[in-house]
Amino acid sequence: MYKGQSGMWSWLLHRVTGLGILLFLFIHIVDISLLGFGPLVYNEGIVLFDQIIVRLLSLALIGAVLFHAFNGVRIMFIDFWRKGARYQRVMFLGVLALTVLVFLPMSYYVIVPGLYWFVHVPTTGHVSGH
Amino acid sequence: MLRVSTGRGPRPASGGFETFSWYYFRVSGIILVFLTIIHLFIMHVTNDVHCTTYQFVAMRYDNPLWRLFDWMLLTLALTHGMNGLRVVIDDYVRARGPRLALISTSAVLLLVFFMLGTITLITFQHTGALGPACTAR
Repeated sequence: MYKGQSGMWSWLLHRVTGLGILLFLFIHIVDISLLGFGPLVYNEGIVLFDQIIVRLLSLALIGAVLFHAFNGVRIMFIDFWRKGARYQRVMFLGVLALTVLVFLPMSYYVIVPGLYWFVHVPTTGHVSGH
Repeated sequence: MLRVSTGRGPRPASGGFETFSWYYFRVSGIILVFLTIIHLFIMHVTNDVHCTTYQFVAMRYDNPLWRLFDWMLLTLALTHGMNGLRVVIDDYVRARGPRLALISTSAVLLLVFFMLGTITLITFQHTGALGPACTAR
């Protein structure tokens, strides 16, 4: 790892978020493969994502995806825009601001339905309709 | 070689796989920005995870374009991510033997997860009851 200023942090964050997203992608491909076992198995499986702790993990994933996406666009500006390298630091601050700006309203939509578990006792993945 | 593959700095001039990799990160990346953010918006804002049930998927996958959308997301995200993992392995594992072992393992993982995802997407069909619109809680 090299020691720099904003460049080092954007590089490190890009790498760490990328690896985290890849790890989730593996998990996600496996959980979606439950579709092949029919509605009962699939629906019992995805109840996991309704739990508040898993919702908080989803928020971490959403934050990672947003940063990685916006910083990826910044990297392309550095590579393809004549003045990109000169404004890389300003663009990094822009990436952070945009990430927070999009993250906050999205986290509202992720967390509020999950607050249900604070007023109701969780059942063990029971699915209605059977 | 390692310096250009970190994804920052000047375009690689040499040609070959590293040049392809450099462009692939950027081309797949710009497409993924749109696909991923649309995907997150549909699954976490306009719907909630307790309502993305089997029934939800069945109705969505009646339209083959959504299968294509998800297959592109799968393919681009997996290849982009595994190429990133390859760069990280190249950066930190200098010894030839272990590096070869890790990169081979990644290649196998890429193939296995690509096959699992693709088979799930292609073979999905609903015949009987679809189950509830939202999981009970």
